[in-house]
Amino acid sequence: MDFGPFLLLALIEGLVTSAVLALTAVGLSLTFGIMRVVNVAHGEFFMLGAVSAWFVTSWLPVPPALAFAAALLLCPLFVGVVAVLADMLILKRLNYQPEATIVATIGVLYILQQAALTVFGPDARPVAAPFNFRIQFPWFGYSGYKLAVIVAAAAVLAGVWLLLTRTKIGLVMRATQIDRDTARAFGINVDRVYAGVFGLGAALAAIAAVLIVPIQQAHYLMGADPLLLSFIVVIIGGLGSLRGTLVAALLIGLSDGVISTFFAPTLAKIIATLLVALVLVFRPQGLFGKPAL
Amino acid sequence: MTVRIDTALALHLGLIALLLALHFAAPDYHHANLAKIMVLAVYAMGYNIAYGYTGLLSLGHALFFAAGLYGAAMAITVGGVPAGPALIAGMAAGGIVAAAVGLLALRTTGVAFMIVTLMFAQAGYLTILYLGQWTRGDEGIVIAQGLRHIGALDLTDEGPRYLAALALFTAGLLVNLWLVRSPFGRVMVAMRENEDRARMLGYNPFQVKLVALAISGLYAGAAGAAYAVMFGYVGASLASVQYSILPLLWVLLGGAGTVAGPFLGVLVMFYLIYYAGTLTSATLLVVGVALVALVLFAPKGILGAVRERLLKWLP
Amino acid sequence: MAALSLLEARGLTRHFGGLKAVDGVDFDLAQGEIHALIGPNGAGKTTFVGLLSGRIPAQAGRIRFAGRDITRLPAHQRVRCGIAYTFQITQVFSRLTVFDNVALAVQGRGVAKRLARETRAALMRVGMHDHADQVAGTLSYGHQRLLEIAMGLALHPKLLILDEPTQGLANAEIDAFKRLVEGLAPDATVLLIEHNMGVVMDLAHRITVLNFGQVLATGTPGEIRANRAVQAAYLGG
Repeated sequence: MDFGPFLLLALIEGLVTSAVLALTAVGLSLTFGIMRVVNVAHGEFFMLGAVSAWFVTSWLPVPPALAFAAALLLCPLFVGVVAVLADMLILKRLNYQPEATIVATIGVLYILQQAALTVFGPDARPVAAPFNFRIQFPWFGYSGYKLAVIVAAAAVLAGVWLLLTRTKIGLVMRATQIDRDTARAFGINVDRVYAGVFGLGAALAAIAAVLIVPIQQAHYLMGADPLLLSFIVVIIGGLGSLRGTLVAALLIGLSDGVISTFFAPTLAKIIATLLVALVLVFRPQGLFGKPAL
Repeated sequence: MTVRIDTALALHLGLIALLLALHFAAPDYHHANLAKIMVLAVYAMGYNIAYGYTGLLSLGHALFFAAGLYGAAMAITVGGVPAGPALIAGMAAGGIVAAAVGLLALRTTGVAFMIVTLMFAQAGYLTILYLGQWTRGDEGIVIAQGLRHIGALDLTDEGPRYLAALALFTAGLLVNLWLVRSPFGRVMVAMRENEDRARMLGYNPFQVKLVALAISGLYAGAAGAAYAVMFGYVGASLASVQYSILPLLWVLLGGAGTVAGPFLGVLVMFYLIYYAGTLTSATLLVVGVALVALVLFAPKGILGAVRERLLKWLP
Repeated sequence: MAALSLLEARGLTRHFGGLKAVDGVDFDLAQGEIHALIGPNGAGKTTFVGLLSGRIPAQAGRIRFAGRDITRLPAHQRVRCGIAYTFQITQVFSRLTVFDNVALAVQGRGVAKRLARETRAALMRVGMHDHADQVAGTLSYGHQRLLEIAMGLALHPKLLILDEPTQGLANAEIDAFKRLVEGLAPDATVLLIEHNMGVVMDLAHRITVLNFGQVLATGTPGEIRANRAVQAAYLGG
């Protein structure tokens, strides 16, 4: 293959990664942006989405395409409910104190991982794609499903965008983000907003996972990479705007494809983790806004 | 002048005496467990110096532990150094790596500090995997039995190993006690309580925290090196994020900011997992539930609660 | 006045956005004087002493202290040079004992052997030696203010900056405080931000009036009382 088509292929692969990453990272970014909670269990919500997708698709006695559609609906809902429970039972009681919440979400991470291992087992399991056709480019054929993933992710992200900017729910969320106490004084039920945002963030990760699981098998340890990558995206993109997260997801997703073609994946990860650490050390305002006077 | 009995010192010496007595009294199985618990307790004490006393919530201590593990193991297997000097090398490696990380990470505070230390440790873990040619990655390094002795002390043998672990633990505990009751210990606590106020008493917060983190790293390194030499195995899993979370858990459980708390935390957690293990294979579940339960219901830990209610003078 | 100058600030400036908190202030402190800084709320007093103590970096201007340019020195090094700052809002280490609070101030001077003795001496000076083993957070408000001052004294400063030290104190406590501060000069120089005019007029050798981040007047208590601009801006209005 010539370099041109090769690059095109790498770009499309990168876009698929970007799309899934953007969904996951926007979920993490929402919880941090609005609730100031660093959710270390975010990757496990992703994993839970993928694992539950396997259960739904393999147990529903309907054609694969229909089962997959059901999974796309049910799994994020299920994961969202789990997250809402975690928020109400644990995070709320900690009063969202930053360090305690991190420790608690680490605990949640282990609990979810172990639950998945117990129920789902240690094996990686595939989920059938809802449809199989190849789109024939002049130089290579490409999976139609992967292209559909890009479209679906973009649609969900557009929906989140509209929710945040055009609806009353979005207004309430932004008001809570700016000042929790004032929001409460204006009659906003902050507890409900927080539970909702935590649920929504987890559900977005679950959608990403359901979309990716026909490409990459479900496994109880699969949460680590999306967590790391989402962290990178959220930290590099800076918080506060959805736009920053999206741009960073695109950037990281595309470069991930390119970098991993030229470097060993482990080396790429080493560089990425160090990058996150250094961004936080030297440009902390990217993550935590302007330091207080 | 009246002679004041140093109750706190007496209490901690009592713990050491008890552990010495158990060397003769404990059944074989628990005897072996205790040796491991004492080594891990040294790691936890180091973590406590950073978190419990200085207020530095690190999520990357596995890196310093691993520096000790690999520093000692590779000094022996690659460098051909005897076990004794290798222990020193591992300890120094832990301190040096902690100081290097601190130089960067201590420019941040709070949540950012947690993430930065987590990322550095993750990069370290991945580096160990990446350099598999030398570190043998997940498979790990096994140190041959013949190399695991300090002078005439054969560390592959249960008895000497227990005594060596006890010696390390004793040194760690007494230095810890001395440190936190020293003027510098007071400054560490001042950083935890109110960094801004401490600065206006003339202390450079960055410098104080860097020294505390380096001491913490020396402990982690010493524990890692001892683990390598005593148990003869060093693998990448011991550098994974789980080994950063565990000391946090131990310290939270035993009581952050207490000298004997870390030991108690390791002890209780070890047997909790052991007995839970006879019921289910879900050890991670125990860790997860314990973390959540501690931050929710007992943020001060066992000795923290004891100090609050009974023994206000407990260091 | 022929007294030696301890501190001189020239053109000291700090703006927060559009707010000119401190705007080109020239200021001199003579060795051994008790100097009061007064002015209406928001005049920039706390920001100004923040610039002197190094808690807030200056945007322009320079500060000389005891013959040395300290403009670029971080706060903790200025403390070591002899500038002590006591907080407006009491910031003792509330979970440590009174002894530990003061010992932290003493031991920074490197007096390991005399640590206990000097700590008790500092407590004695503010009359709090009976409270040494008490946890600071359980002290009454007035005692916490005194502890704050004891910590300042224990640093053996050349310049002690007191930010509203009598705020919230009872009258009897204020009298004791005045005697304490009078006893500090002339060994130490005291810069006092104070709203209680009685305290200011009794204690201060000289007074500087700040208004909108600028120096409105400097002089003896008598001169300040007679100054029309001050009367208009502050005392009268």
